[in-house]
Amino acid sequence: MANGAVTQTQHIPYLAQKGLKSWILTTDHKRIGILYLITISFFFMIAGLTALGMRYELMTPELDFFRTATEYNVAFTIHGSLMVFFFIVPGIAASFGNFLIPLMIGARDVAFPRINLLSFWIYLVGTAILLFALAQPADTGWTFYTPYSIQTGTKVIMITLGVFVLGFSSILTGMNFIVTIHKLRAPGMTWSRLPLFIWASYATAILQLLATPVVGITLLLLIAERAFDIGFFDPAKGGDPILFQNFFWFYSHPAVYIMVIPAFGIISEIIPVFARKPIFGYKAIAYSSFAIAIISFFVWLHHMFVSGISETAAAIFSFLTMLVAIPTAVKVFNWTATLYKGSIDFHSSMLYALSFIVLFTVGGLTGVYLGALAVDVHLHDTYFIVAHMHYVMIGGTVMGFFGALHFWYQKWFGKVFNELVAKAAWFLIFVGFNVTFFPQFFMGYQGMPRRYATYPEEYISYHALSTYGSWILGLGILIMTVNLLIPLWKKGRPESSNPYGSLSLEWQVPSPPPHENFDEIPTVTDWTYAYGKK
Amino acid sequence: MSSTAEHAEGHAHGHGLGETVTHNAAKFGMWLFLGTEILLFGGLFAAYALFRAKFPDLFYESHKKLDITLGAVNTIVLIFSSFTMALAVSASQKRNRKWLIILLAVTFICGAAFGVNKYFEYSAKFHHHIFPETNIFFALYFMMTGLHMLHVFVGMGIIFALIIMAKQGRFKEGNRYTPVEVGGLYWHLVDLIWIYLFPLLYLIG
Amino acid sequence: MSTHNHTEEHHTGLRVYVAVCLALFVLTVVTVYIAKFDFGDFNIVVAMFIASIKASIVALYFMHLKFEDKLTWIYALYPLFLLFLLIGFTLMETFTRVPVIK
Repeated sequence: MANGAVTQTQHIPYLAQKGLKSWILTTDHKRIGILYLITISFFFMIAGLTALGMRYELMTPELDFFRTATEYNVAFTIHGSLMVFFFIVPGIAASFGNFLIPLMIGARDVAFPRINLLSFWIYLVGTAILLFALAQPADTGWTFYTPYSIQTGTKVIMITLGVFVLGFSSILTGMNFIVTIHKLRAPGMTWSRLPLFIWASYATAILQLLATPVVGITLLLLIAERAFDIGFFDPAKGGDPILFQNFFWFYSHPAVYIMVIPAFGIISEIIPVFARKPIFGYKAIAYSSFAIAIISFFVWLHHMFVSGISETAAAIFSFLTMLVAIPTAVKVFNWTATLYKGSIDFHSSMLYALSFIVLFTVGGLTGVYLGALAVDVHLHDTYFIVAHMHYVMIGGTVMGFFGALHFWYQKWFGKVFNELVAKAAWFLIFVGFNVTFFPQFFMGYQGMPRRYATYPEEYISYHALSTYGSWILGLGILIMTVNLLIPLWKKGRPESSNPYGSLSLEWQVPSPPPHENFDEIPTVTDWTYAYGKK
Repeated sequence: MSSTAEHAEGHAHGHGLGETVTHNAAKFGMWLFLGTEILLFGGLFAAYALFRAKFPDLFYESHKKLDITLGAVNTIVLIFSSFTMALAVSASQKRNRKWLIILLAVTFICGAAFGVNKYFEYSAKFHHHIFPETNIFFALYFMMTGLHMLHVFVGMGIIFALIIMAKQGRFKEGNRYTPVEVGGLYWHLVDLIWIYLFPLLYLIG
Repeated sequence: MSTHNHTEEHHTGLRVYVAVCLALFVLTVVTVYIAKFDFGDFNIVVAMFIASIKASIVALYFMHLKFEDKLTWIYALYPLFLLFLLIGFTLMETFTRVPVIK
């Protein structure tokens, strides 16, 4: 084995220590990863149930499940802000990032273990504020657009403050990961040998570090606007509501890539292992993550084409938006080329990885339609956007997340799940997802606007189909969750510490890994993807 | 990029990281954090640019109500504190504990003087019924100087902690002065931002 | 710089620090003095130019950026680039708007 230089003498798994204190005061990156995993899964659950409620409401054109339209507005605000800020942005980056980065680069922990714990605690404070805010939720949607967010009678300040606090957690995590990747790589782990998940995490960390402060100040200004009436976003005082959107999307467009780049990294890890081939175009995939990280700062105005922005700016940004599709497409082509003539093993994680490629391509390409100025004017704020966004977020990020859960499950928890049930759950999720969101492209194209609790009769068949799909999707996720939870309470350990024959460093240590990962820091002598060379 | 030899050296000291790696990592981490601070203020700078371009007369008339002398004195105080902080880092490198504590204390006092000065400035504004909601210029003035003031307080907290650590004799041997250097970087950034705030708010020609 | 042990202490001498501090004082006086003259649209340019000189010497000498490796330079300058991007594009967008109702 290429990276077989790892030796292990002691076998005290990091999970051995019990007790609440050993968890809440832990500085072990693997445990902190688990803490994030539990918290984000909790929010994924709440936000998912809210979505099922919204879909149930939309089965008929009238208002029946919710009592008022405001309740529906509150529901999509909860769904959106929880999913975006509390699940998907910290999601893969914080949970799998924490677990995998030190293991993959051959380090004992991240560069600043205590700051890592601090990030988690800040994240918890943010969630506490948010849960408190949910007692009197806002109805602004997750974007908090002015002037509505200033005028609405619902409580905006608390939820905004929660997101603001969360930003610090994101910044500190990003800072920690960048320093770790630069300073703690094992001897021989050169940049051209690094696993692609590390490249992706690095690109993500740059965005977390440098985009998040801008949304921080934006939310602070929104709070100041509501509390002290500073007038930055109030036209009556010479302010400009669109300024809010400029600031907000300066963060939130790069944030879209904070959500999805880690998933790119995961797919790049899963595919070569189960295709038994070296990854095709290693450098292209590695550099394209950086290209995305850089270009994503140049495209934010495409969210605002119908907000009344200048036509000159709109034309320029429509062009710039097309650029970001290039590095993304480079990745998709390289993954496909890796699969070509591979001996493919359809492990459940591979099924998720393959669905990622299909679904993300649909999501990405519809994104290019929406980047075209004239098309966007027609499709903006319709269900087409909703479908596009969910193809990227669920079809992309969540599929990557589920794939990662199945792929690294044995390593992380030292248990084995039922593969057959996992495949069945994948099937339900894949079918359910497409039944839910594919019809939304059509109804959006025909003019069904987003964010309404009621709608004209003619959209009923699309909406009903979409709702049935959401039940299949929900069932699939339920089965998958149960299938992954049951083994945790059962005895038994995996037969091998490297069941899939991966060459990456994290598979060379026992499952679950010992407390400080490596007895002796390994010396890396070969590329992570040198499959089939020997 | 850092060499492999350095890593090997770093890991040679048993399970902990070597001093060299820890020191470089901490300094680099702080530089990354300073970048986020610049972008945190960035939103305010962008808003300033936009509104000053839109309402040049309002900015000109409003800025006359600010006290240039107070602003200039505060600039000098903050630059001087940056100077003493730089000397403090230098003292810690030479393991000169006495001067380290003196210089840190002077830096702390300068920070406090800046705060007191600002307190008088704010009270004078409130006394003349000038508040953040008065107009966009003052909204910017209070947001920018307020956020900066918050950073001064955080910086003073850091310096206070450093003084206590120095008194306990934490910066004696090896590379142990890392906290002083990292704390110093943060304090210089506070100065750096004020260097821009002063002409932007007080000196509109 | 980078292959070599960077914790080697850079003994910037007391003289350099004093000179930097005095230069900063002088530039502060200059910027206050020069604000009394009207250069029209260039007022802001002149003020920002002086401020940037001051900021650069603080970064180079007080913060030792002069002795740092390339990586630190990149992460010191990249945020500034993003800041210009934010200001530049926001201003460009706002001032190229054409009112629909005249």
